Amino acid sequence: MNIIIIEKMSKHYPIGGGKFTALKDIDLEFTKGEFTGIVGPSGSGKTTLLNIIGSLDTQSEGNVEVMGNPIRKLSSKKAAKLRSQHIGFIFQTYNLLPVYTVFENVEFPLILLGISAEKRKEAVLDALEWVGLSDKAKSRPAQLSGGECQRVAIARAIVKKPNLVLADEPTANLDAENSHHILKTMKKLNEKLGTTFIFSTHDAKVIQYLRRKISLLDGKVSNDEIINEDDYDL
Amino acid sequence: MIFRLAMKNILGAGLRTWLNIFILSLSYFVIIALQGLYVGWQDDASREMKNWDFAGGQYWQETYDPYDPFTLEESHATIPEDLQKLIANGEAISILFSPATIYTDGRMRNIVLKGIEPSQNLIELPTNFLTDSDGEINCIIGSGFADNLNIKEGDYIVLRWRDKNGTYDACDLKVAHIFSTTVITVESNQVWISLSILQEMLGLPNEGTIITVKDEKYKKEFFSWQHKDLDFLLLDLTKMIKAKTIGSSIMYMLMLFLAMLAIFDTQVLSIFRRRKEMGTMMALGMTRLKIIQLFTLEGVLHAVLAILMGAVYGIPLLSHFEKVGMKIGMDAKEWGLSGLDDALYPVYGWKLVFGTIVLVLIIVTIVSFLPTRKIAKLKPTDALRGKMTK
Ligand SMILES: Nc1ncnc2c1ncn2[C@@H]1O[C@H](COP(=O)(O)OP(=O)(O)OP(=O)(O)O)[C@@H](O)[C@H]1O
Ligand SMILES: [Mg+2]
Repeated sequence: MNIIIIEKMSKHYPIGGGKFTALKDIDLEFTKGEFTGIVGPSGSGKTTLLNIIGSLDTQSEGNVEVMGNPIRKLSSKKAAKLRSQHIGFIFQTYNLLPVYTVFENVEFPLILLGISAEKRKEAVLDALEWVGLSDKAKSRPAQLSGGECQRVAIARAIVKKPNLVLADEPTANLDAENSHHILKTMKKLNEKLGTTFIFSTHDAKVIQYLRRKISLLDGKVSNDEIINEDDYDL
Repeated sequence: MIFRLAMKNILGAGLRTWLNIFILSLSYFVIIALQGLYVGWQDDASREMKNWDFAGGQYWQETYDPYDPFTLEESHATIPEDLQKLIANGEAISILFSPATIYTDGRMRNIVLKGIEPSQNLIELPTNFLTDSDGEINCIIGSGFADNLNIKEGDYIVLRWRDKNGTYDACDLKVAHIFSTTVITVESNQVWISLSILQEMLGLPNEGTIITVKDEKYKKEFFSWQHKDLDFLLLDLTKMIKAKTIGSSIMYMLMLFLAMLAIFDTQVLSIFRRRKEMGTMMALGMTRLKIIQLFTLEGVLHAVLAILMGAVYGIPLLSHFEKVGMKIGMDAKEWGLSGLDDALYPVYGWKLVFGTIVLVLIIVTIVSFLPTRKIAKLKPTDALRGKMTK
C-alpha cells in the first residue's frame, strides 16, 4: 500500500528576479513500513523533498499525496492536522523546546492530539524506554548530550505512533557511536511499530541500515534501489 | 491546554521572566502612584475650594465676570425671594462685590471689597470676626495678601469707595483677623467686611453679586442670575492641575515606555528569537491559531503575574502614602495654585487602579499579538530556519 505518491513533482525557489529549480520531475512512491534513505550531496534537494512530503512546504508543479492528502491543496490548518496525526519529524538540530523537560517535550505532540493526561504519561514513558532515556525524564534539553537530545527527538516523533517519520540528517551532528545507536533505535521501532521511516543523509555509516536507497543529484532522482536485502531480516 | 503550555513556557524561562515581570510590576506601581498623587491633589484642592468658596454651587449676577474688573461695579442685583428664604435658613449666603481702593503705608491699591453675612457658617471663611464692635468697621483678609501689604492684625487701613450714585466716600477699616487658606480666590486682592455694612455703604439694600448655595442639586432658574455648578466652578482648577502636571505626565510616559520595553524584551525580541521554536511547534502539528494564542497568552500572563507581584509590594506602599501623605518640597502658592498644602494625600480609586491595569494589559496583548501573528504567518520551513542556538 502506497502511503506517499509523488508524480512529476518539481520545486522552484524564487531567487532575485528568476527562479531556482531545487527538485525536477520527481516520481516516487513509498509503501507502508519502509526504511528508506535519501542520499545525495549537499544542495541536491533532500531537505526540500522531505519538507514537501511533511507538508511543511508545497511543491511548485506535479502531484504529491501523503496518506491520501494532496499536499498543495491543504489549508494550513489541514496540513497541521495531517502532521499532528500522522507525521513525526526528526531534525538535524534536534529542535527540542528548551524550557520543557524531556518528559514534556515528548508529551507535547500528545497534548496537541488532545489525549488524556493518564494515557499521555503511559505513552511518554514507553517512548522514553524505547530510546533508552527513562532516567532522564526530568532533565532539560540543555543538560543532555547531542546523542541524548536526538533520542528525545526520536521519542517525540514516535510517541504518537505515527504512520510516517521524516528525519532530516538525524546523525549529522553525532559521533559514530551515537549514530549507530540512533539508527538501531529507529530500525527497531520500524520493525516493532511498522512505522515508515524516510530520512535524508550523506553519512556513509547510515547506508548499511537502509532497505531502500534513493539517490538525488541536482534535484533529480539518479538512482533508486533496494539494498542490504540479505541481512535485512537479521 | 494553551493556558498550561503558556504557564510552562513562562515559568520554565526562569530568572529573566521574573526580572521582566518585576519591571512590568514597577511600571504599574509608578503609574498608579503618580496618578494617585494627581487625583489626591485634585481632590484636596477641590475640597478646599468647596469649603472656602463654592460650597454646593453659586448663582452669579448675570453681568458678573471674575476676569472683567470694569463690569464689577454694575454686577449686583436684588436677591430673588426663593434664595432669600434659603439664606434665612442658613442654606445659602449672598456676597456683594464692589471695586474699592485701600491706602496702607502711604500706598494705594485697587481691591475687591466683599460683603458677607458675619454669622454664616456655610463656608470656612472666619466671618465671625466681622461682627461689629465699638463703632469700628472690622475686616478680614488673607495671610498672603496681608504679607504682601505688610499689615498685621489690629492695623487700620483706609478704604475709599463709590456708592451707587458714583459719590466717593472713605472710612477706616480695622483688620480684625488675618486668615490662612490655600484657596487664593478668597484672598488675593480682596478685603472682606460685613454684608449689611457694605450694602449700606453702597446704598444697595438686599442686593448681592453672587449667592453661594449649600445644596449641589439646587438649580432653580432666576431672572438675571446665572447658576454655576461645581463642574464649571472647578474647571479652572482642573485645567490648571492638568497643565501643571505635564511634568508628571512625562514621568507617566517614561514609565509606560519602560513597561513597553519590558514587554518588548519578553515579547517582541523573544518571539523573534523563538521563531525556530514556533517552527518546531508547527512541524509537530500545532495550528497557527493555537500558536498565536499561546504566545499572546504568554505575554498577557506576564502582565497578570506583574499585577500580582505589584500588589505584593505596591498595596502596602501605596496605602502608606495614602495615610501619611507625601511631602512636597515647594511652596504651592508660588505656583499660583489653590488647595495645595505642604503634604499631598494621594488617592487611589478603583477606577485608577483598574484603568491602569487594563491599559497595561491592552498594550501587552497588542505587543504580544502582532509579532506572533507575523511569525505564525510564515511558512513552517521559514520559521524553522529561524536562527536560534538551542
Ligand atoms: N528557501 C530557499 N530559497 C532559495 N533557495 C533554496 C531555499 N531552500 C533551499 N534552496 C536551494 O535549493 C537547493 C536544495 O536545497 P536543500 O536544502 O533541499 O538541499 P539538501 O540536499 O538538503 O542539502 P544539505 O545536504 O546541505 O542539507 C539548494 O541549492 C538550496 O540552495
Ligand atoms: Mg538539507
